[in-house]
Amino acid sequence: MIRQMGNNKVATATQAIQNYAESFSGLEKNAASRELPWLRKIRQDGFGRFGETGFPTLRDEDWRFTNLSAIAQTPFRLVHNGHRLPSQSDIEPYRVAGAACELVFVDGRFAPEISYLGELPARVKVANLAEELARDPGAVEAHLGRYLDIRRDPFSALNTAFIEDGAYIHIGKGIVLEAPIHLLFISAAHGAPTVNHPRNLIVAEENSQATFIEDYISLGRREKALCNTATELIAGDHSVISHYMIEREHEQAFNVSTLRIQQGRSADVASHSVLVGGAVVRNNVHPVLAGEGGECLINGLFVGSGRQHLDNYMLVEHASPHCGSRQFYNGILDGHAHGVFHGRIIVHKDAQKTDAKQTNRNLLLSDTAQIDTKPQLEIYADDVRCTHGATIGQIEENSLFYLRSRGIDEASARRLLLMAFASECLDRMKEGPARAHVESLIHRDMGRVAHASLREGQPA
Amino acid sequence: MSLLEIKNLKVRVEDREILKGINLKLDAGEVHSIMGPNGSGKSTLAQVLARRETYQITRGEVLFNGKDLLAMKPEEAACEGLFLAFQYPVEIPGISNAYFLRSALNAIRKYHGQEEVDAMDFLPKLREKIKLLEMDEKLLNRSVNEAFSGGEKKRNEILQMAVLEPTLAILDETDSGLDIDALKIVAKGVNAMRSPERAILVVTHYQRLLDYIVPDRVHVLVDGRIVRSGGPELALQLEEQGYATMESAARGA
Repeated sequence: MIRQMGNNKVATATQAIQNYAESFSGLEKNAASRELPWLRKIRQDGFGRFGETGFPTLRDEDWRFTNLSAIAQTPFRLVHNGHRLPSQSDIEPYRVAGAACELVFVDGRFAPEISYLGELPARVKVANLAEELARDPGAVEAHLGRYLDIRRDPFSALNTAFIEDGAYIHIGKGIVLEAPIHLLFISAAHGAPTVNHPRNLIVAEENSQATFIEDYISLGRREKALCNTATELIAGDHSVISHYMIEREHEQAFNVSTLRIQQGRSADVASHSVLVGGAVVRNNVHPVLAGEGGECLINGLFVGSGRQHLDNYMLVEHASPHCGSRQFYNGILDGHAHGVFHGRIIVHKDAQKTDAKQTNRNLLLSDTAQIDTKPQLEIYADDVRCTHGATIGQIEENSLFYLRSRGIDEASARRLLLMAFASECLDRMKEGPARAHVESLIHRDMGRVAHASLREGQPA
Repeated sequence: MSLLEIKNLKVRVEDREILKGINLKLDAGEVHSIMGPNGSGKSTLAQVLARRETYQITRGEVLFNGKDLLAMKPEEAACEGLFLAFQYPVEIPGISNAYFLRSALNAIRKYHGQEEVDAMDFLPKLREKIKLLEMDEKLLNRSVNEAFSGGEKKRNEILQMAVLEPTLAILDETDSGLDIDALKIVAKGVNAMRSPERAILVVTHYQRLLDYIVPDRVHVLVDGRIVRSGGPELALQLEEQGYATMESAARGA
């Protein structure tokens, strides 16, 4: 890849890797990695792979709509200790009412002082990865790095190279946890561009039921920061799992997230993504339906304005017969925002009776907003049903006039129509604290977008 | 002072003049009908009064309660008491009918400095109106007009009118697409709204609706002008003779 670029870019890309190499050798000296040879090997493999590829470019088919030069050219530094911890009151507005517990991570590291662990049922383990690696490395070793594909995605490789901390959750066999587990990831300002690589491992044993919320926010000044996060979620046989990814960092933040789901037999998993913040955001969702009869819902809403770039990359792998997957992504884009929906479905040879569906609907609120939507079906079985569809539209003038003719002012009418569009995604979420949390978030955001698009639409 | 006074209103769409000088006065307590063939400008007039912005007003003045209607936004006109029952009610997926009705009512109440009505207080009032229009209560929880039948949509318009209690209601071809039973129900709903404080303008192509909503005055609109005005008997005369004689009379004039 690097060879194909001009001399100038080679220098920049090499510098970028050099920069990460320094951070990596710093991490290598860390005692923990010397103690756990298997972890050391995982990290080294990760960094080795990243060193081979560097950051993807527009020539890479999986990245053709997303220019990463801003990420590749910024000299991000890993955050070491010594930062100011946010206070309870700083994070109060971001808490989820009705959560079972709340783990807070500041720049990728667990912050027990401001976390809330609650009282969890027996056989539910909620901890941070660094602690669990020290206490019971065997339990971690059984899963960590076994599902995330470092060869396919340089960011996954980079994340793996820098595994240090993140959430470690284990839900025992048959446990039903009604209240959601909230994971709050904070990027704090440091006066220089910083990077963190949270790594989460969630194991839900057979017949268990649970809801997880990953919530990405920034606090403090609006400085460049990269959060490159990865989650491995193992949904055991017959488990029922909901996962929420919320990106609401500020407009200087870069966020790359990868959710790798491994589904067992008849596991029922829902992935809900809500992207409203960030400068450049890449949301990778990669479920593998590995057991027969699995069901996966991949639901998302992305709302961009200004110069936001929101890229959603879905890779749904059907590896067993009789599985169903349904992808629904709605995009709302205003200003110069650029959205991407890349929906890839792979049906493996033995995955007969697969039923895969994909829908991407978009609302463009300005002439300068842009959406690229790309379905990609690769089917190697012969008895399957796969459908896909995409639409791009504007707010209907007829609808707007209808609402206004009933006394509803224009900004409120726009908000109502945007909310109606967003509700399609909300309606796919189960009733409960997680959905209520997302709903109030979206309500606020729709108000903001409605007012902004109204101002832009008016003559100067 | 008349409730509505239209003076020499001229309206264009792109290069075509649609309304060529309309004069009309409507007093509180009255029901007037505007009748005319397709393309005569009936719907344009209704939409202009409701403040649709796609029309270019080249001349004239409209006073609503003594205020300059043409300076108002659609929502302001609505809050001032104007209501248009749409010829083609719009489907709005994702917004429930009940929520929409309450939002509209509260927007108008807020405009008048009144307290908002909460869902609990709103529902009994709504149920009463629904009964009058013989509508299925289930329609309240469905998205606005989505997958409603033609008759359900028109009844839903009259339901909104009953809830919002405008001082001036304009019914744009509310009879189109209705069978006789639905027509009677809609007319019953409209007649229940007749009052000394309220005026109703019934825009229609056919006389049929006027059997049930009997107007005080009938105006015949042909080619952007009102060519005849008279009592309810004018509607019957039109039904027998058709618009052709009036059209030729208009051309001759």
